[in-house]
Amino acid sequence: MLHFPRWKKILVVAICALGILYAFPNAIDRSTVDEWAVTMPSWLPVQQLNLGLDLRGGSHLLLRVEYEQIVADRLEAIVGGLRTELRRADVGYTGLGVVGSAATLTVRDDADESRVTTLIEELDPNVNVDVGDDGAVTITFDEVELTQIRDNAIVQSIEIVRRRIDELGTTEPIIQRQGLDRILVQVPGIDDSSALISLLGQTARLSFHLLDETVTVSGPNDPVPAGSRVYPDNDVDANGNPIAYYAVERRPIVSGESLTDARPSFQDGAPIVSFRFDSVGARRFGETTGNNVGRRLAILLDEEIISAPVIRARIAESGIIEGGFTVETANELAILLRAGALPAELTVLEERTVGPGLGQDSIDAGMSAALIGLALVIFFMIAVYGWFGLAAVVALLINLALIMAALSLLQATLTLPGIAGIVLTVGMAVDANVLIFERIREEIRNGRTPMSAIDAGYSRAFTTIIDSNLTTLIAAILLFAMGAGPVRGFAVTLSIGILASMFTAIMVTRLMIVTWLMRARPKTLTV
Amino acid sequence: MRLQLVKPGTNINFLSARKIAFVFSALLLAGSIAVTAVVGLNFGIDFRGGILLEIQTEGPADISTLRDDLNGLGLGEVSLQEFGAPNDVLIRIQRQEGEEAEQMAAIEIVRGVLGDGVEYRRTEFVGPTVGAELIEAGATAVILAMAAILVYIWFRFEWQFGVCAVAALLHDIISTIGLFALIQHEFNLATVAALLTIAGYSINDTVVVFDRVRENLRRYRKAGMIEILNRSLNETLSRTIMTSVTTLLALLALYFFGGEIIRDFAFAMMWGIVIGTYSSIFIAVPLLLQVNLRRPDEKKVEESAEAKFANRGS
Repeated sequence: MLHFPRWKKILVVAICALGILYAFPNAIDRSTVDEWAVTMPSWLPVQQLNLGLDLRGGSHLLLRVEYEQIVADRLEAIVGGLRTELRRADVGYTGLGVVGSAATLTVRDDADESRVTTLIEELDPNVNVDVGDDGAVTITFDEVELTQIRDNAIVQSIEIVRRRIDELGTTEPIIQRQGLDRILVQVPGIDDSSALISLLGQTARLSFHLLDETVTVSGPNDPVPAGSRVYPDNDVDANGNPIAYYAVERRPIVSGESLTDARPSFQDGAPIVSFRFDSVGARRFGETTGNNVGRRLAILLDEEIISAPVIRARIAESGIIEGGFTVETANELAILLRAGALPAELTVLEERTVGPGLGQDSIDAGMSAALIGLALVIFFMIAVYGWFGLAAVVALLINLALIMAALSLLQATLTLPGIAGIVLTVGMAVDANVLIFERIREEIRNGRTPMSAIDAGYSRAFTTIIDSNLTTLIAAILLFAMGAGPVRGFAVTLSIGILASMFTAIMVTRLMIVTWLMRARPKTLTV
Repeated sequence: MRLQLVKPGTNINFLSARKIAFVFSALLLAGSIAVTAVVGLNFGIDFRGGILLEIQTEGPADISTLRDDLNGLGLGEVSLQEFGAPNDVLIRIQRQEGEEAEQMAAIEIVRGVLGDGVEYRRTEFVGPTVGAELIEAGATAVILAMAAILVYIWFRFEWQFGVCAVAALLHDIISTIGLFALIQHEFNLATVAALLTIAGYSINDTVVVFDRVRENLRRYRKAGMIEILNRSLNETLSRTIMTSVTTLLALLALYFFGGEIIRDFAFAMMWGIVIGTYSSIFIAVPLLLQVNLRRPDEKKVEESAEAKFANRGS
């Protein structure tokens, strides 16, 4: 164990030097490092480690895309079409409607079953049609189609979420798919998560309809003609009930997809949102409004009426929405309309937001805990092992530099639990050296010469170090694999710390001690 | 003059205390299981779902007024706690009836009451779905870690060592859970991280002694089992104490200076170091007496006997 070939010496020194070099940018403030990135030669490392949201402040959201809605909407469309077709084909049926993720109906006459099946498949070729014994027909989507609906919904949602968050002007948001139907959103530097959540919590499906003025309605269940539907006003009274209900023609004149721009603005001192249509939308809107001057328009946002103005003149390319906005809500609606509608609603499953003040406090507390812990361990090691203890301390410092370097290189994220992992590593990292030094002490007591005691100490402690560290590493790796968010940061630093401490204990202190041993050739040894 | 925690030539008869230790540990385990079953763990929002807000007020916070305000909202159990400083308040709101949307609505209501005059240092919300998943992931991680460690030790030592090491590990984990149930400290994701780290530390400690037992079994073939186990414990005692002390020093720094959020973690870890060190010495090693450990020479004799038998049979 005492023989160190030259190449090995060079390798160990090189790894330590590289570790210190790559850890170095973390000791300097970010703006200076960013400057260096431009001025310094490109081979010099300029990467700092990433601070997690719990340290730099920001919002972490886990969202679920409620894609079942899209499935239900598709089924509703089939049901609507089928109702017309069945009436035209004069087929008797009962109980046509959507139940969960299937549409069902019961055909009165068994002889009609095959006709009904054909009709459904003509309406939507991608559905499965099952016919039961008693004429019960079930319409569902198969697995492939469902997967496609879900995947499309997620890809579209991610795109819309990205556009909406970009409007907030934050830097480096992370928006990625997680699992089957989830989106992970991490936005650094946001301290008011409620604005973010309100921005992502709305589908923002906008459409313009004509009001059906042939009936007057006063409640959600009042009867209206087949082509119309009742919608509530989005204003609520003191009890939380909508102030009014309107009958609205089902068919929209134009929908939000035809918008090319939306801006917050003012009219007579009140906040409004102005918008522009694309050419197709402008032609359709112009035609309808031109033919219906004097009637009322309904502007629907997510199944609620935000405004129901009287059409005073033909409106084509651009218009405004007055909806009793505040400056904030007008601005928010403009953002939502510019970014486009979400294909389905998003539900917040988990939120973790840390304000910038707490983040900085956590960094400071973590730093002082690390420094104090380090100081205590250094003092203790030197008090117990003297010069050998000093060698272990140097190894410990190199160990810390290697952890920093590895985290910066991997661009891993340092979280508060991660700092706890580093502090714990400081305590545990000296274990390998303690094992070796205690073994050397024993061998000296057994009457060996310094040279052979050190040799035996290293070789005998070696298997113990491997066994004991690998078992801890197993726990750390499982923690990483199974852990969520912040705990993973802890597992990463702990694993890197274990690997680095094995390297420094087995290679670095050995190199130091062997080099000293070969120079001094001591006759006696005190460890 | 060097500091020496354990004098050379120390020879403590640890094994003589094994009956007392077994009784003590049996009581500890029974107590832990009873407390956990009867009182239950104080699950944090990570597992139970719910809302947590940390706010900082301008001056010292008037917690009783805040408590009255928030309890009047009809959001169920709202608990307030001073968090590290007089102007820092931690607010926990129980999981609301209904789905995720109802939880988000509750956050908005609370923020409305607290107003803009306070600094929102932390807002955490875990919905019922994620909470259930985190429980499952946490439990799986602990069980898998123990299984993996058992397999590793089985592979590196004899299976008897693996069984004793995992028994000591279970002892540490169950008693830590029991402690959390007893003092009603919050049990959250960080606690699971602490449990796994305790598992790692405890096994590390046990393996070091086992390694020495294995070595001494080969070296002193004539010596009795108790003598070998005692010798191994005493030879590694200095290292055991040293590593426990350095780790505890680091954890003390974390506990006192690391901030409120990781204090519970540091606390769990400190307990884990103490119980892990105890269980290596008084549980894992004495248990080796009970599992009919085969000495290397005995094994050889038996193998050759088997070989003879096989030869005769053919």
